[in-house]
Amino acid sequence: MAVYSLYILNKAGGLIYQSDNDRHPGVNKLTANDYLVLAGTLHGVHAITSRFTTSMIHSHDPNTTNIPASRLSGPNTNKSGLQSIETDHFNLYVFQTLTGIKFIVVTSPIPTTNLGRGELNVQLELANQLFKDLYVLYSDYVMKDPFYSIDMPIKNPHFDSKIKQLIN
Amino acid sequence: MPEDNIILPVSASMSKMTIQDSNKSQFGYNPSIGASSNEITPTTSSILLNKTVSLNPGVSKSINKKAFEVSLSSLSFLFCEIVNWSHKKSKGIQDLENRLNGLGYQIGQKFLELSKTREGLKYSKREIKIVEILQFIHSTLWKGLFGKIANELEKSQDVNNEYMIIDNCPLVSKFVNVPKDYGDLNCAAFIAGIIEGALDSAGFFADVTAHTMPKEGSPLRTVFLIKFDDSVISKEEQTVQS
Repeated sequence: MAVYSLYILNKAGGLIYQSDNDRHPGVNKLTANDYLVLAGTLHGVHAITSRFTTSMIHSHDPNTTNIPASRLSGPNTNKSGLQSIETDHFNLYVFQTLTGIKFIVVTSPIPTTNLGRGELNVQLELANQLFKDLYVLYSDYVMKDPFYSIDMPIKNPHFDSKIKQLIN
Repeated sequence: MPEDNIILPVSASMSKMTIQDSNKSQFGYNPSIGASSNEITPTTSSILLNKTVSLNPGVSKSINKKAFEVSLSSLSFLFCEIVNWSHKKSKGIQDLENRLNGLGYQIGQKFLELSKTREGLKYSKREIKIVEILQFIHSTLWKGLFGKIANELEKSQDVNNEYMIIDNCPLVSKFVNVPKDYGDLNCAAFIAGIIEGALDSAGFFADVTAHTMPKEGSPLRTVFLIKFDDSVISKEEQTVQS
């Protein structure tokens, strides 16, 4: 699975961080404004889709039993709403933290040739692992920086280099 | 000292004591009862003879404990708040560095005592040469504070009274990113303060400043520039002669 690009959105849907995989030849840069529009659109779509799935939350999921039901059904949870888009040209995965920060990655599609058993789930697991690593980096290098104010764009070379290491 | 030999105080403060508290540990003055609470009876005298009274349980043990670990996350969040707090009160970048230095200074003074105590009275000695005290800070003190020794210790080639301790990734500023408009602010000024405090209380008066000098592979590499007072240099020359 190759990561094409990464977006981090604050809880209001504003784009606070964006990074493209420079090593991948197929990734075209957009203008700064297009990135913002894309982020806003995905935020909106996620909010709408979370309304569709409220009744499907698994109340017996051990990961969510400690969280009050009111928070599980709200739009700020990763248990509802848009989670992935799979196409022939790219896959898109969304992970929302309990505080409403959204991590969005665009990756290469699932290879259609030589598809082994369970291959479909492998990429989803890889994406989940990637989100976990991204969240750790975010908590370490962004949240522990005394000069960062919450919900503002992240301009941090240390964070940048760690992200580049992770997605390239 | 075995655990059961310590008499813990009945309650955290005397003012919180009630009449019921008198017999819990069978010993100790209780102001709400009066003089009779401190009576010497066969029980209390045997306690007094056989046990040690510790009003501050834990301290006597933990002072000699060498490895005591705290979470890096908690430390980072605390330091993050220290920087924010100093930043809010400061008038400028230089002032912010001075404030961080000042906070570290007090820690350095106290930690010098602590690490000397931990070395043990038998093996510990008072350093009287510049190189010796610097080596002590570079290895023993650094290890006690950050769990590793500093990366390099150098003497300036041009200036006689300048020495450098270099750390490739200072622990407190691991997650700190200084924005461009803050110039050459380095939050490791806090550590510089610790060094300065330790040196000053050891009798080596010096000014210590922190400077970022990134190197390939270690962007946070920090040089702690130690500038000794002239009196320290002349004292050193006298010791060498005699």
